[in-house]
Amino acid sequence: MSKTPSPAARASAGLADRLPRWLVPNLTGVHLVAIFIALLLIGLLLVPVAQVMIVAFQDPATGAATLQNFVDFFRTSLFRESFWNSFYVSAMSVVVATAIALPLAYITTRFHFSGSILIQSLGFIPLIMPPFVGAVAMQLIFGRNGTVNLLLRDWFGFDIPFMEGLNGVILVQSIHYFPFILINLSASLRNIDRSMEEAAQNLGSHGLRLFRRIVFPLAMPGYIAGAALVFIKVFDDLGTPLLLNVNNMLAPQAFLRISSIGISDPMGYVISVILVVFSVMSLWASFLFMRGKEYATVQKGGGGMAKRSLKPAEKVLAYGAVIFILLLVLSPHIGLLLLSFGTIWSFAPLPDGYTLQNYVTMWEGSKTFIMNTVLYAGIAATLDVIIGTAIAYIVLRTQIFGRKGLDYLATAALAVPGVVLGIGYLRTFHAIDVPFTDKPMASWWVIIALALMIRRLPYALRACTAALQQVSHALEEAAESLGATKRRSIQKIVIPLMTGGILAGFVTSFATAAVELSATIMLVSSNNDAPLAYGIYLFMQTPSGRGAGAALGIVAVIVVAIGTIASQIIIERDKKLKSSGDAH
Amino acid sequence: MKKAGITIEDLHLSFGDTEVLKGVNLDIRPGEFFAFLGPSGSGKSTLLRAIAGFGPTPKGRILIGERNVVGLDPWKRNVGMVFQSYALWPHMSVRDNVGFGLKERKVPSAQIRAKVDAALELVDLAHLADRMPNQLSGGQQQRIALARTVVVEPDVLLLDEPLSNLDASLRVHMRRELLRLQRQLGLTTIFVTHDQEEANTTCDRMAVLDMGIIQQIGSPLELYDQPENLFVANFLGTANILEGRVEVDGGARRFVTKTGDHLSLPDGNMDDGQNIVLRPQNIAISRTQASDSLPGTVQHSEFLGSQIRYLVSAGGTEIVVDQSHRAGQDWIETGADVHLVANTSSAVVL
Repeated sequence: MSKTPSPAARASAGLADRLPRWLVPNLTGVHLVAIFIALLLIGLLLVPVAQVMIVAFQDPATGAATLQNFVDFFRTSLFRESFWNSFYVSAMSVVVATAIALPLAYITTRFHFSGSILIQSLGFIPLIMPPFVGAVAMQLIFGRNGTVNLLLRDWFGFDIPFMEGLNGVILVQSIHYFPFILINLSASLRNIDRSMEEAAQNLGSHGLRLFRRIVFPLAMPGYIAGAALVFIKVFDDLGTPLLLNVNNMLAPQAFLRISSIGISDPMGYVISVILVVFSVMSLWASFLFMRGKEYATVQKGGGGMAKRSLKPAEKVLAYGAVIFILLLVLSPHIGLLLLSFGTIWSFAPLPDGYTLQNYVTMWEGSKTFIMNTVLYAGIAATLDVIIGTAIAYIVLRTQIFGRKGLDYLATAALAVPGVVLGIGYLRTFHAIDVPFTDKPMASWWVIIALALMIRRLPYALRACTAALQQVSHALEEAAESLGATKRRSIQKIVIPLMTGGILAGFVTSFATAAVELSATIMLVSSNNDAPLAYGIYLFMQTPSGRGAGAALGIVAVIVVAIGTIASQIIIERDKKLKSSGDAH
Repeated sequence: MKKAGITIEDLHLSFGDTEVLKGVNLDIRPGEFFAFLGPSGSGKSTLLRAIAGFGPTPKGRILIGERNVVGLDPWKRNVGMVFQSYALWPHMSVRDNVGFGLKERKVPSAQIRAKVDAALELVDLAHLADRMPNQLSGGQQQRIALARTVVVEPDVLLLDEPLSNLDASLRVHMRRELLRLQRQLGLTTIFVTHDQEEANTTCDRMAVLDMGIIQQIGSPLELYDQPENLFVANFLGTANILEGRVEVDGGARRFVTKTGDHLSLPDGNMDDGQNIVLRPQNIAISRTQASDSLPGTVQHSEFLGSQIRYLVSAGGTEIVVDQSHRAGQDWIETGADVHLVANTSSAVVL
């Protein structure tokens, strides 16, 4: 056989082949999609956040680079106090959340306890309610003149300032976010091999010492990951302090400065920089702990930790603790439900009477809110899964240069607090007009939907990536070798097989975008453009609107609950279908 | 059905900086059942995937029939591939899976139906047409994957470790089934495996690969009896390799080991080299000395049923000797001094 190239090959080796490759980019459809997504992410995430950063380091008058804004920030006592308060509230919320989560995790993983399933599922309930929704209801139960304190005063003659100032924020936040610790800690505890513990016992360790030296260190990575998440969620949160009227914290200060003084005031930007720095540090810490100490603790054949039965006295104690914690955890939901069905609820342990009137008022007053929410969250979630699927495909199945960067960029949205994104959008888009009008883009409703899209993209991307990872590459190659083009095999094999995961991602994105407040509150320019979460916030501002606000809150809870359950069911069904189609 | 040969010329392929195929030349005859045999990492799967059009574009030429397919999209090659994991699409019924390729080729649906039925008949699974893939056993999935591939009448059939996901007894059955099917369809077939028994029992010829290079091509018997290098000798069956040199003493040629022992070579053997390859069954073990025997000591012995395998230290190495077992035969104990007599008529000097 001759080894010279065929005449056809030689003819095609024209000018284009002799130039360096970067001069003649061979752009396929996938390349164009990748470039489009990159531009979108740069315009909607990178540029706004960079704007915020730049303004924070700029002299407002001259535009010159300066650290003066930060000096001014730390010279103002209100800001110093806010900074300290935010830090204190976040740290204390971690402590209280740990106090709630640790007993639940310990009891369910270490003992034969019939309530385990109940705890594991009820533990998720706080997450299906936006924290600010429960805040008002909590005030009615734990506030100075709330149910608990009225009863305490009647029976014992004293009360406890659960909800006074920062205490209120800490209580609401820790009740809302403790599941992050519970989930991670339980998973870590369950992954500890029984032989680890038995080896320590065999060497003479037992009891609390065994727990302190073996069990807890092994469970530590999971705990730290959960705790870092709680810290940053609380540090960034705007809605809860705002609704509890606690304004001397960082996020509320940023919001108030921008909304009252205007977008040229540098303090909002300085606060944004601080929020972003803390976010990045927390996420990095949690990542570091999870990576550095990911012990492969479950060996082959070993089960989880040894479980033992509770003695009768211990059983009473355990049930007592669990019931107490669950009541505490469910109190926002109970309070909200009572409030939504109550007539008047003031200076009384329970509402004076019950009615459906609040739901009627809510429905009449918030049709626009609900329609807007469906529109915004629908747009956001649809774009999220489309972009998420595209990025997942580009990262996992192509060799495009910079594909990892696309993934990192989309995921970076995790580290951008909603307030910061909102401020960035205001700053970036106030100077740009909506196409074909002379209205600034910053007050255009589409911007709200796009902000929600960016905020939820990391989660949708994870869901889509997971879905694509389950579709073995061979399934696609099999289609190609049978004559299907790349586009056809994506269309007929890859997308249909990803449907479950994509749908689950859509539902989760939709449900959480529907109750997002921190970014939207910055961007809502008129009540006509406001979504549901903003509506609840408006209702809750007046005592007479609280009932209807609570009713709207119940709607929000139901939306998120249905979304969560639906996505679980979809994922389960999907898993069953795919169980053995591909032998790998 | 038309038969196409495959010619591969000077094929190089790299993943990033690692060169996985380093100049492969190969000629596969039309209608041949050919095997790529090699350890994992040898490049055999990469070579198969390059023929199908998957993975990085290689340098060199791959001719299927008269057509060079390098750089051609997989869907334009008409190459049928059966994947190691079968890759049945879980969201489609068996019928839809098998009919997929025909639909892509815009075959009228009545014809698709008939062809799918015929293909399922061919693999004896016509009764499972309406099942979903996850309702099938591993062996059934394997046969559906085969039906799905042959139904489009590909020019060549590529099988990527098709038996590796089956249990041992099914594997023997399926490889006979594969051979029957290949003969019936007359398809040029390439079978990738790391299992020499699979390759020996099915293929007409095979290529042994290691480190991205074809070490030797030939029929299973040729490769076993006439290995061209130590890798092939070692990879196919058990080989005893003694180092030394060939000496000519008058007209007689003999192999002298490092330890100074002599093994006379048969008259026709004109090989030259530093190693002699002896198969375990071509060495006799005895307690008594004979001319041209190697003295040694039994280190270990195993009873394998039809034979007894001895590990004997002799000639500066450990030599494996298989002695077929007959009832009442003597079992030489560990530590005994013995003498080995090699039947050098089948030995190869490399």
